[in-house]
Amino acid sequence: MNALRKLLDKMKPTFSEGGKLSMFRSVFDGFETFLFVPNETSKSGVHIHDANDSKRVMIMVVIALIPALLFGMYNVGYQHYLAIGQLAETGFWPIFWYGFLAVLPKIIVSYLVGLGIEFTVAQWKGEEIHEGFLVSGMLIPMIVPVECPLWILAIATAFAVIFAKEIFGGTGMNIVNVALITRAFLFFAYPSKMSGDNVWIRTDGILGLGEGQVVDGFTGATPLGQVGSAVESNVQITDIAGQASSTLDAVIGLIPGSIGETSVIAIALGAILLLVTRIASWKTMFSVFAGGALTAFLFNVAGPDTAVANLPWYEHLIYGGFCFGAVFMATDPVTSARTETGKWIYGFLIGFMAITIRVLNPGYPEGMMLAILLLNLMAPLIDYCVVQVNISKRAKRLKSINK
Amino acid sequence: MADVIKIKKGIDIRLAGEAAKVYAPASQAKLIGFNPDHFHGMVPKPAVKVGEPVKIGTVLFYDKNNPDLKVVSPVSGTLQAVNRGERRKILSIVVENDFKATQETVAAIDTSSADALKASLSNAGFLPFFKQRPYDVVVNPSDTPRAIFVSTFDKAPLAPDMEFILKDEMSDFQAGIDVLSKLAPVYVGIEAGSKLFSHIKNATVTAFSGSYPMSNVGVQINHIAPINKGETVWTITPQELVFVGRFANKGKLDFTKTVAFAGPFAANAAYYKVTVGTPVSAICAANISNGVKARVIAGNVLSGEKTDCDSYLNPFVSLVSVIAEGDETHEMLGWIMPRFDKYSVSGSFLSGLVPWLRKHKTFDFDTRILGGARHSIMSGEYDKVFPMDIYPEFLIKAIIAGDIDKMEALGIYEVVPEDFAAAEFVCSSKMELQKIVREGLDAMRKEMC
Repeated sequence: MNALRKLLDKMKPTFSEGGKLSMFRSVFDGFETFLFVPNETSKSGVHIHDANDSKRVMIMVVIALIPALLFGMYNVGYQHYLAIGQLAETGFWPIFWYGFLAVLPKIIVSYLVGLGIEFTVAQWKGEEIHEGFLVSGMLIPMIVPVECPLWILAIATAFAVIFAKEIFGGTGMNIVNVALITRAFLFFAYPSKMSGDNVWIRTDGILGLGEGQVVDGFTGATPLGQVGSAVESNVQITDIAGQASSTLDAVIGLIPGSIGETSVIAIALGAILLLVTRIASWKTMFSVFAGGALTAFLFNVAGPDTAVANLPWYEHLIYGGFCFGAVFMATDPVTSARTETGKWIYGFLIGFMAITIRVLNPGYPEGMMLAILLLNLMAPLIDYCVVQVNISKRAKRLKSINK
Repeated sequence: MADVIKIKKGIDIRLAGEAAKVYAPASQAKLIGFNPDHFHGMVPKPAVKVGEPVKIGTVLFYDKNNPDLKVVSPVSGTLQAVNRGERRKILSIVVENDFKATQETVAAIDTSSADALKASLSNAGFLPFFKQRPYDVVVNPSDTPRAIFVSTFDKAPLAPDMEFILKDEMSDFQAGIDVLSKLAPVYVGIEAGSKLFSHIKNATVTAFSGSYPMSNVGVQINHIAPINKGETVWTITPQELVFVGRFANKGKLDFTKTVAFAGPFAANAAYYKVTVGTPVSAICAANISNGVKARVIAGNVLSGEKTDCDSYLNPFVSLVSVIAEGDETHEMLGWIMPRFDKYSVSGSFLSGLVPWLRKHKTFDFDTRILGGARHSIMSGEYDKVFPMDIYPEFLIKAIIAGDIDKMEALGIYEVVPEDFAAAEFVCSSKMELQKIVREGLDAMRKEMC
């Protein structure tokens, strides 16, 4: 390790101001602080600091995403082999390997484009590289359908990083969640690649792996898609081969959907890590589920007689991106409400809006993305109201004294 | 018995090297000095010329704007130097001690009226030891404060035990309170369970239980009687209050105080009796373990100021801390390593998961920031260690934005930089909160006064 440190110390002058490669100062600095905790000492204020920093926070979130990502890869392979009717004779590793190959390019594209922009902007502004995109870059491939073309993903990522984040001032200053803006951009700019029945399952082989013809009766619709487009008021959810699909399948995650969103169990593992490390607010997370459950329950009892309104309230929470959004998106501290009271309101309204959009707007079988984006915009208003209570209290105190 | 206010928000930080409860001999300093910067808000004007003799109680310098605000010499001798820096700014005013302890004749304290009392305090040189809120500055002698607050304990890391320091001076402490109670209502904050301070008379005694920063007088004010716009309150620390009490009791000006010396690298970590204005070297010379690049801090490691052995000790502090700089340390891959030995309130560290560890185990700290400065990312971090009815994060943002109205509405009059020390410590974005608050208060004062 000393050798590495010495090498860095030797390289440092070249990258420092006035050095030959000072144009890459931020990049060098980014890698140095990645390898070693900065040894900078405090100049003002407290002389000792808590050992936690934003790098560690962001990495913890990335680690929390890993179970859902790995399961997502497996599920991509699983759905593929189910579609071509070879599931029974294929082992675990080919299935996973297929999914890995399908998902990996998306991760690479997302990180390359996003981090490329981040590095450039950091250098241009003369700032350190901020870690925020480590999380966004992981979230983006997990919330798109597997058939989303890479070039579209690249455009959407670039759009989101530049227009949702950098023009506001970078990590910590963005109003809306960057990963969700990527998804929203894809959703509205390339609707045919983001929704419908043909984007959720990869049917072609990859590098000679998983070649085959789709079986008869194949339908690529997600459970929520099936429910949303159902004509009858009660619907039997089926898997892509036309067989009945149970709630248990959805809890495990063996259903079609965006890459990372399907498995409740895998997401729960991530949620446990986020809650134990107290990186995500349990208040936000809990109130999203509470808001969603209550709203769905009310629709069950007194809603219109449509399939989606009749979908049991607990299935609403299981299907689609509800869990993923509640655990990883709603709890983003930057775009969420920042007051503790505000977090209750913010989370509850996300759950409420997500279910309401699902049930009342047949055009959007999945309401989570829009609900979170909407509440991202409302979060400052919620905080304003909460803080205003404190301000009024202080003003009232002053008034009572001057009487 | 006093009411007990339980404060849940706060933080326990323990460092090795607490001062042993014994008095160690301090070297008698030949030179005694003041850095006028320690009296924030004062524009110093020297009152004696270099070479002139001074006695205990001779005015050394006063505030140009409020000539009644006088800093007097704590020793007798001659004025040795007025050291100036850029643009003739006074860096220090130094008296050479002749160890004769001759004293000016100072009239006894007259408590017949508020003005007479303030004049007495001014003549004896006690006024600069008070601090005023809002703005955390020296007091304005023409104001009469709404109240005077004293916190009799300190829960900051390595903080001295005030009961140990004051156990033989309680009659002077009480006399000080008696005097001040003629000026304004006095509120005394004590630690729950304290026997020594619970019998204080002529003051409203409130007990507090909890962790740092509930020992900060600002937190106590916020819980007892928050400051409103237009109001002024004064605060004074117990040892400075004893100066007043000694004079009231004995008619003698005695500016001796006890300073604890502590820290992982402090040899002879103990209590030292010194005169106000003593050089730091009187305490720390030869008392810092060899071979360590150390940082000497006047005050505690959270809200104290960096100093060195050649400087004169900030007259307000009762603690000198020594910790390692630590800039030669390069920790590998800090974002993923377990780092069991590190202190954090974050659940991504062992110490963050087990509160017992934070309360009972000592941790090695150095002055490294342990991260890079970022915009505010995590929410709710400050709230957990900020036991006041104020939204710290929103106040900080208002200060950064320079929004005077918003700062006022969010309660800037109630805070001073040290109230944000715990929040600054836990901030994962490593924002310099105390500096931001100081600048906010100064901007506010400029705007309002």
